[in-house]
Amino acid sequence: MNFLQSFITRVLYAATLLLAVLVLNFSLIHLAPGDVADTIAQSRGGADATLIAEIRADYGLDQPYIIQLGSYIGKVMQLNLGYWYFYNESVTDLILQRLPATLLLVVLAQVLALFLGVLLGVISAQNPNGLTSHFVTFLALFGYFAPVFWTGILLLIGFSLNIQWFHVAGMREVTISGGFWVHFIDVVRHLVLPMLTLSSIFIALYSRQSRTAMIHELKSDYVRTAIAKGLSQRAVVCRHALKNSLSPVITLAGLQFSAVISGAVLVETVFSWPGLGTLAFQSIIARDTPTILGILFFSTLVVVVGNLLTDLALRLVNPRIKGTT
Amino acid sequence: MTPFPPNPDQTPQQAQNKTDRKTRHPTAEAWGRFCQNHAAVAALVMLTTIIICAIFGPTLYPIDPFDMVWAPFSPPGKDGFLLGTDYFGRDLLAALIHGARASILIGFAAAFMSIFIGVTVGALAGFYLGLIEEILMRIIEFFQVLPTLLFSMVIVALFGASLPMITVAIGVVSWTAVARITRAEFLRIRELGYVMASRASGTRNHRLMFRVILPNALAPIIVQAALMVGSAILFEAGLSFLGLTDPNVVSWGQVIGSNRQYILDASYTVTAPGVAIFVTVLSISMVGDGLNDALNPKLRQR
Repeated sequence: MNFLQSFITRVLYAATLLLAVLVLNFSLIHLAPGDVADTIAQSRGGADATLIAEIRADYGLDQPYIIQLGSYIGKVMQLNLGYWYFYNESVTDLILQRLPATLLLVVLAQVLALFLGVLLGVISAQNPNGLTSHFVTFLALFGYFAPVFWTGILLLIGFSLNIQWFHVAGMREVTISGGFWVHFIDVVRHLVLPMLTLSSIFIALYSRQSRTAMIHELKSDYVRTAIAKGLSQRAVVCRHALKNSLSPVITLAGLQFSAVISGAVLVETVFSWPGLGTLAFQSIIARDTPTILGILFFSTLVVVVGNLLTDLALRLVNPRIKGTT
Repeated sequence: MTPFPPNPDQTPQQAQNKTDRKTRHPTAEAWGRFCQNHAAVAALVMLTTIIICAIFGPTLYPIDPFDMVWAPFSPPGKDGFLLGTDYFGRDLLAALIHGARASILIGFAAAFMSIFIGVTVGALAGFYLGLIEEILMRIIEFFQVLPTLLFSMVIVALFGASLPMITVAIGVVSWTAVARITRAEFLRIRELGYVMASRASGTRNHRLMFRVILPNALAPIIVQAALMVGSAILFEAGLSFLGLTDPNVVSWGQVIGSNRQYILDASYTVTAPGVAIFVTVLSISMVGDGLNDALNPKLRQR
């Protein structure tokens, strides 16, 4: 019951955060010079004042700020994010088309980064001053300090242009036909490089954190007891120390969702991955306000849901955490 | 260091003088510890070289990075261009040297801005508990769930891609870590005896905050500041890679972004600016590491 209560509190709080994001974004776009009527007029090679006024009235841009804001939030509550100005397509549909690709990339990259990071961290913690440890540190440094889009381009040059293992861009080949597995392998061949690139930033963080946590755990009394009662080193590390060293890593991973989304925007641009990032880029260039607002809303939603899931995962790993956090 | 036993021939006063001469100014002591970290010193030398390049390079190598100076795709070293030319026949070395200015300037300015916001918010939240802290913490959490790069893209796209605007766009979204660190330090220090004493003797709040508590909270903030500069440079590179930058100012990320389509013909046009970003950010972070060891000597022994 206690757990349920705190969970509901957190969900309500997350909803408030989302609402605040909506208000901030809408106000920003309202404050900015120029609006979509100008852009439309421009794309038609100019329009006279009456036509611009008509377009403004059409999109409700002539209403006072508070009314525009209120009607916008009211619509978002019904998941109606408005229409894509240029193609008159529903923004919600457009985003929902693109969201799965981004989610696939983001989730798999996080999972891969967590897995590799913890693995490397645990290995290097066994011998903190050994050669493997230094190698891991070096690898991690590269991933963390190289600009992610540059890492992506280097991988692209290496594994798509020189050795043609993976595809250069996109998510699917149009020409391919066949059963589920044919399509599955096709998507995998597109996915590997973007996934590796995006996770490269976070492997560094997670391996460092899990290395520190593991070194700390290996010094504690219960590990000494476990070794004294005759357990093998492997059993001690995998069954006892790992569980306890996981929770700081998961806490850290939960704080990274916003950074993962940011990284995804760049990675998607490099690999032309048909996700929210490329859509955001296109709509920002086109000054397509409803789409930009919609993408910010949905990506914040992803971050908030990610944080909630992290909380749940932490409770699973470490049952000592109870009640409100 | 073991305390040496007092010399029986000296009066206590003389012994006191001798130890006094041994204790150095804290800054000198920190500098001494910094110098023991050879990697950090090497990184500091590297960073200084890059900054000097950024300041004096454009006068010493006055080729305009936007000028077409030779045939396109001339490979590095051939035809007298050390790093070759790009798809438009522009000198890449010139782009790297001139681009250092924008990248480093924005990196430092944005980091300065986010530290200013972060320290102010963190100090207020850690000093005034209760309602003010609650509100400020909610604001911090709000900025933590905001997808940073997307939000800065929106700011830059809406308010124009000038260098000051890019700086603001980066600074506004990246201050939360500084605020959290500052708040934690304030919460720890505000309970210490000397702060109590100062408060009891009637020191005003703003003086307590910025003159009494802040100087003792500075060490972790300085270390975080070094990290912020690095991540701001990466952030700027990302924005300019996407083309959201002042088109009349060359920067490293912009060079990568504009040459991206030609990696089949000339991969070196993308490699060189990336190495520049990597080396700069790496040296800044290693200097930060050295500062951490120098300013928090106790942490190192843990």
